[in-house]
Amino acid sequence: MSEERGSSAQTEEDEDLFVSAMESPEAARLSAEDLSPSSNGPRDDDPDDLFAEATEEVSLDSPERQPILSDGPSPAITPVSISPRVDVFDRSPDLDEEEEENRDTFDIQISVSDPEKVGDGMNAFMIYKVTTKTSLSIFSRDEVCVKRRFSDFLGLHSKLASKYMHMGFIVPPAPEKSIVGMTKVKVGKEDLSSVEFVEKRRSALERYLLRTVKHPALLKDPDVLQFLESSELPRAVSTQALSGAGILRMVNKAADAVNKMTIKMNESDAWFEEKQQQFENLDVQLRKLHVSVESLVCHRKELSVNTALFAKSAAMLGNSEDHTALSRALSQLAEVEEKIEQLHQEQANADFYLISELLGDYVRLITAVRGVFDQRMKAWGKWQDAQLMLQRKREAEAKLQYASKPEKLQQARDEIREWEGKVQQGERDFEQISRNIRREVGQFEKERVKDFRVVIMKYLESLVHSQQQLIKYWEAFLPEAKAIA
Amino acid sequence: MEGSSAEAALSVSANSIRITDVTQDGDVLTFAIASQKLNSSAGVCVFRMYEDFDWLQQSLFSEENLPGLQGIIFPPLPSKALPSQSNTQTKALKQLGFLALGQDWQSYCKALEFYLQQVAAHPTLCKCKALDSFLINSESPGKQRGRKGIFNRLSQAVEEMRKESHKDVDNFFQNERNKNTNLAASSKVATEKLLDVVMTEQKLAVACGHFATSLHLCVNQDDAAAVAFSKVCLKLSDVIEAVKRNYEKVASNNLSTLGLGLDLESRYQESEKEMLFRRTCKLIELETVKKGTEKAKANKREVMEAFQKAVEKEFNLISSVAKQEIERFHSSRVKVLKTFLIGWCELQLNTAKEFAELYSQHLEACRNMYSE
Repeated sequence: MSEERGSSAQTEEDEDLFVSAMESPEAARLSAEDLSPSSNGPRDDDPDDLFAEATEEVSLDSPERQPILSDGPSPAITPVSISPRVDVFDRSPDLDEEEEENRDTFDIQISVSDPEKVGDGMNAFMIYKVTTKTSLSIFSRDEVCVKRRFSDFLGLHSKLASKYMHMGFIVPPAPEKSIVGMTKVKVGKEDLSSVEFVEKRRSALERYLLRTVKHPALLKDPDVLQFLESSELPRAVSTQALSGAGILRMVNKAADAVNKMTIKMNESDAWFEEKQQQFENLDVQLRKLHVSVESLVCHRKELSVNTALFAKSAAMLGNSEDHTALSRALSQLAEVEEKIEQLHQEQANADFYLISELLGDYVRLITAVRGVFDQRMKAWGKWQDAQLMLQRKREAEAKLQYASKPEKLQQARDEIREWEGKVQQGERDFEQISRNIRREVGQFEKERVKDFRVVIMKYLESLVHSQQQLIKYWEAFLPEAKAIA
Repeated sequence: MEGSSAEAALSVSANSIRITDVTQDGDVLTFAIASQKLNSSAGVCVFRMYEDFDWLQQSLFSEENLPGLQGIIFPPLPSKALPSQSNTQTKALKQLGFLALGQDWQSYCKALEFYLQQVAAHPTLCKCKALDSFLINSESPGKQRGRKGIFNRLSQAVEEMRKESHKDVDNFFQNERNKNTNLAASSKVATEKLLDVVMTEQKLAVACGHFATSLHLCVNQDDAAAVAFSKVCLKLSDVIEAVKRNYEKVASNNLSTLGLGLDLESRYQESEKEMLFRRTCKLIELETVKKGTEKAKANKREVMEAFQKAVEKEFNLISSVAKQEIERFHSSRVKVLKTFLIGWCELQLNTAKEFAELYSQHLEACRNMYSE
């Protein structure tokens, strides 16, 4: 199985994932139906093979694979009595609404700050301080500070994805890895680009955590709580798993595999088809927007540079100038231009951190959303598979009725019952994931509108501020110009 | 300084000279020039092409009976604009700088207008017939091919460079030459850097436009959630459109005031440089003649001395004209720069106020909408 993925390191992280997935009973149940080669199951047939292959390649977050339990501790398994899946699945609709309300008024602030470089050379890494302020009771203290490194965040995400994605939960993606960016930092370049890189990452990590805790199920997840509160965190072993690029790869493979399925999903619910189309379109649009705004940021930075150069040349002109009042006015002009350069720089940051990063975040979020739709397709496929298998078992039993092998007949009848159970489970799971997705998408769309509104307001505030500063500068300069005699 | 062939001074008012229109026919630009007659309320309008401006400038250069002509700081004529070229923007920018920017050749026309006004305001040059005929005759003077001016633009030959740094005999002029060298260089650089700023502002405006348009494409009316999101995208689009207009205005303000001002200053410094160079060349000529006279044999001496006297007289005349020109130049350029700086500041201040108001309105509207 692992040959197909070609990286043995990946096996390790699966161990991590499964250890946490194994925590809940339902996961255990699903894993029993695994499609490993040792089972006599569907692997023999072609369409199932393809399906199995799909499962293989996306099994990073799927508990369906044969779990190889490692001895490595995942503290998340320690006796925490909250079983998030039970909570989430068995809620009544009323509770749903209440939790939605709570989502709007929830009181938790998270900040990621004080990046610090630890170590030297290529083994160096950045440590970030994560501060949580909250009055929610699931937290043990009002205010907690912990130190985390980037791979800890990736590790958290990979755990959450493995637990929740296949249930149809939209798990916010972790920030992207960047080899180039980090290498500069490691190598110790204290230049502007490494400083910007660290700031960009810090901001992204903060947004990631905020999005994660906004989700009521994720907020209560023991891994999340541990991440935010516990002073020691075991190192996430191999975090290639689920970076944004990783998820995209996974989603694409799943999509390809699903397309290869000869059994086409009969979509009984038009809502899913429409939504999927919408999200595909949105994906394309957001990417275009992101490119557009990056061009904006680039030009704004260029303007800042050119303004600084002009300021210098104006200062030199002022120095060459004999006429006192004119010389002073020109020097003032140079100062005004320097201040304007600063404004441009600030505005470029607003462009970037507000709009560009928002769009980038949503491009990655949409990928996670599409992943969840694909999970639903997989669930459907499994259910169909189970039905097919049940039919075969029934046919086999019918044949055995005319042979005189009582033990085999009994076994066949046992297997029929087993597969009847699996069919029912498959149907329940499919309906469950469908319900979850509807709810998740509804919430996602609400959050999306909120997010964008907040950004627009912040952006407008920055624009107003710049203009007011400009007015001050020009009003100060005017008398200087008029004083030239 | 009255030329014998000169009539009275110019028959139109210098301040009233305007370039009111420009039309383009293929490669050729035709300018409509209007001015106000001095002694009546009548206006005059003529049509001229660049060749006519060139003819005027050459006529001024070759004006006879103007002693000390070489001491005059001639108002600089902008280079010829070449409208339809393949790589228009870059070539035009290289050639004309700021004057290539702006809609419909507005900056270029403004610069030509300044040129005419300055010639008309010059105490000596305004009396030249060529100017009057340029401004009044319905027939385009460029058809008459006048003599080429006696001097052209400063060439960059090494020979010339050496002459340029020839030590002066007069402190006043040595100082002036030094100052001019610095100012010419600094103002040229400042003009170029401001041009870069304006180009970037324009690029930024274009990028905003693209972004605003892309946001419009996100509109989707499928369901309530999509509608809500679309509204947000459209709002952001409006904001970015406003930012675009903001930068267009800022760029245009820069262009029409400080840009034109620095461009003019820079070209005028070059013109002064040329005048100072002409005088320096005369100085070198004088010194050479003096040396020659000293070494002359007795029989040639009288002739040489007479010649030397003539050159000396010329040189002194040039120097005295130059002194006046320099003083006039100093005071007028300060006034001109002051006007441009004030205009620039006022325009930018108004723009900043306008957009502060607009952004505030948007912000207020958002706050009201989103608090529902």
